[in-house]
Amino acid sequence: MAEFDVATAAVEAALDAGARYADVRVMHRRYESMTARNGDIESVSQDESAGLGVRALVGSGWGFYAVPELTRAAARAAGERAARIAAASGRVPGPGSNLLPVPASTGSWRSPCEIDPLSVPLADKGDLLVRATALSREHGADQAEGIYQIWDTRTWFVSSEGHRIDQHIRECGAGIAATVIGDGETQRRSYPSYRGQYGTQGWELVEALDLTAHAARIAEEARALVTAPLCPAGETTLILGGEQMAIQIHESVGHAIELDRILGWEAALAGTSWLDLNQLGTLRYGSELMNITIDPTIPGALGSFGFDDEGTPAAKRDAVREGRWVGTLAGRDSAAVAGLDYAGSVRADGWARLPMVRMTNVGLEPGPHTLDEMIAATDDGILMDVNRSWSIDDKRLNFQFGCEIGWEVKNGRRGRMLRNPTYTGIGPLFWRSMDMLSSEIVAWGTPNCGKGQPVQIGHTGHPAAPARFTKVRVGVRG
Amino acid sequence: MTTPLDLAGQVVDLVRRLAGPAAEAEVSAEDAELALTRFANSFIHQNVAERSTTVRLRLHLDGRTAGGSSTVVDGDGLRDLVERTVAAARHSPPDPGWPGLTPPTVPDWAGNWDEATAAASADQRAEQVRAFVDATGGLEAAGYCRTGRREAAFANTAGHSVTGRSTEAAMEGIARCDGADGAARSGSVRLADFSGAVLGARAAVKARAGVAPVELPPGRYEVVLEPTAVADLLQNLAMYGFNGKTYNERRSFAEPGSAQFDRAVTLVDDPLSAPALPFDAEGTPRAPFALVEHGVTTAVVHDRRTAAGAGTTSTGHAVPGGTVAGAIPLHLGLLPAESPNGTTRASEVSGPALDSDVAALVAGVRRGLLVTDFWYTRVLDPKSLVVTGLTRNGVWLVENGEVSTAVQNLRFTQSYPRALAPGAVLGVGRHAVLHSWTFSSAWWSTPALRLASWNFTGGASG
Repeated sequence: MAEFDVATAAVEAALDAGARYADVRVMHRRYESMTARNGDIESVSQDESAGLGVRALVGSGWGFYAVPELTRAAARAAGERAARIAAASGRVPGPGSNLLPVPASTGSWRSPCEIDPLSVPLADKGDLLVRATALSREHGADQAEGIYQIWDTRTWFVSSEGHRIDQHIRECGAGIAATVIGDGETQRRSYPSYRGQYGTQGWELVEALDLTAHAARIAEEARALVTAPLCPAGETTLILGGEQMAIQIHESVGHAIELDRILGWEAALAGTSWLDLNQLGTLRYGSELMNITIDPTIPGALGSFGFDDEGTPAAKRDAVREGRWVGTLAGRDSAAVAGLDYAGSVRADGWARLPMVRMTNVGLEPGPHTLDEMIAATDDGILMDVNRSWSIDDKRLNFQFGCEIGWEVKNGRRGRMLRNPTYTGIGPLFWRSMDMLSSEIVAWGTPNCGKGQPVQIGHTGHPAAPARFTKVRVGVRG
Repeated sequence: MTTPLDLAGQVVDLVRRLAGPAAEAEVSAEDAELALTRFANSFIHQNVAERSTTVRLRLHLDGRTAGGSSTVVDGDGLRDLVERTVAAARHSPPDPGWPGLTPPTVPDWAGNWDEATAAASADQRAEQVRAFVDATGGLEAAGYCRTGRREAAFANTAGHSVTGRSTEAAMEGIARCDGADGAARSGSVRLADFSGAVLGARAAVKARAGVAPVELPPGRYEVVLEPTAVADLLQNLAMYGFNGKTYNERRSFAEPGSAQFDRAVTLVDDPLSAPALPFDAEGTPRAPFALVEHGVTTAVVHDRRTAAGAGTTSTGHAVPGGTVAGAIPLHLGLLPAESPNGTTRASEVSGPALDSDVAALVAGVRRGLLVTDFWYTRVLDPKSLVVTGLTRNGVWLVENGEVSTAVQNLRFTQSYPRALAPGAVLGVGRHAVLHSWTFSSAWWSTPALRLASWNFTGGASG
């Protein structure tokens, strides 16, 4: 295949230029998105991107170079340039850099897809967003928005150790949102989540969302929120819906267990982690209900793949077991530094970006309860759902989240709607206070995880379910 | 060699051939090389560069609009781009808000360009890193040095074409000392404008001054915000407040003609003073544009679509994807206080306060906080622009005009316009610092600020 030949040429050129290891990803991606507003199409875009990125290791220094041309000559030049950049890294050298030894993988993988989303007529996709946003508008939204996005990505990976892998991953998703302009503030409701729902699936994912069935409800809820009482301030029992739990996991567990952060490699921007490798296997992260896995093998979840971008085959691994921290998201270089025997969580967001440690699917295993049981078991508390704002410190400890909607919970029943619900806490203390967890797991997809310099936008998955926490500070506002 | 203008012209020709003479099309083409040398634990651990050529097309055909882009810019790739965009437009619903194309207009500048920065090598970036690391005096250091060049062209079927180019350079880093981080940053059109050694020394001084921080109770404090923290205010004001789209949709706080800010606040979007191309994504020339003058909001920014919605003309602030994101001032600056003698001290290395300019603001504070950076700020409500976030890279208690002790990071929840409201600004620094935004090509020019009140809502313990 021509792409493998081009990739091989780049690897050979890097080795010829002095690299002791090199790998190359050739990538071709088609992206399509459409947005609608108030019953009209707002934008339609179809993008194509192709190129290759070479990673070279010279001595203990890494170099990376990417070009958009997929010719043998351009590939060789890119391989040589990557090796030269790696040599420059040696001007400020660190400890010897090695890669975790792994068998050289060869293989081919395709994500499941029943309906190719790029083959669905634009008019049909547009009609869906137009109908849904028009309905929201008719039911009280001042601004009704809808979006779908599709990524169709083919990659060919070759390494100097003998890896030879091709993958075809199709991702898509959609969502709608209704905003009502109040007196000095806005209220927003969205479905199925703040960003929509996304997965490594075909258009069947979007069809299953049934956006139009929820368009009127979110508009009416946004309108009702404008005059709803404010979320009270204080300490209370907090029940979180599954969508909000997904971002709680993402921010306060997923990023915290990234090995590059733990090792200080992201200290200047994304930050470090409160976790200390010396406590791996012993640290109490949360309550015994807390079982979190790293699992890129979940069919259809947004963080799924056959092989990561270093060629490591996808495999399920524990991150937290019965509340104890037992695993990290790792790559071959970080694993070697940390003395771990596994990698498999390295990804790049395009051909022009360096593969780095990223979340795959990081999420909860089901608990023994249901949301209804949690509400019934709560005398005095607040239920919040669907993320509106998120903020966490550079060690992934101190967080504050805002949700779109809240409800009082009194004497085991859901009561009045509450506006501007927020809650705040310290990660491990919060997770240790989780006393009920639902079995109603949904693998939420997050298509906008920023990390790295130059910044990369990652796609991650988060199996999550409603959960209850005790003694949580709520109602923080400016 | 095919230039960006050649590529843009080829696409315009293809549109005319494949979609007919009635089609309206605008094309931007950019050839760019960006390189970033990143260090952590005091050594270079990531060292990357990329070259890219990207063509973007927006097409309006028979009353319908579609867009697309491609990095595949050979003959087949460009033809494919045009064919699929024509097909998308034909299948799209009508677009009654199409604002038409930018007429032929010549910018009176060509972009900010430095030949040496355009040609900067990995070795040069590594030397800046070496200097930063050495200057920390043995502290652990992390950060990056980056350089880049962009050469771009715009053409449309209305006969407008324009070219421009720009370079950029930036360095940011932290030094780490017993759990305390100190930061220093600089950005410019020219790599030669900053010194890794000065930045490293500055970061180290701050880190050492941040050791053994105490925990303070949350509450309202007077603050001196260093220029990097002020940049966060400008980012959020730019995205949510002065954006013509959010204004048209009544989601913005901005009320042109109203005295919404303290008299000390004058905000100007000034592409001439930052790495910038001379035209926006619609080919409209960029020029300095005032948004707030002595506390009075005077305008919001527009692209052609938001301008049509507001019954005005484009201000030259179209961005790629702006149909959704709106129009954004990407080179926003807070004008420093007037200083007849000029006080820029690029090589000055001070104590916890960044420099004597910041120290002068601190001197007026009876009890308050000196804040280096804000981190992970997110908007709770876009209209009131209530934002939550944390302090980072150094906070100190100020008592009777002197820095008294380092403080642990605090969380805040604060309306940004309210923090800058009439009477709330107690002082503005006398020189501005240029910062690049982490997640885009935006640049902010900010002096330090002394504000009467900032609402801290949580401490290190939650």
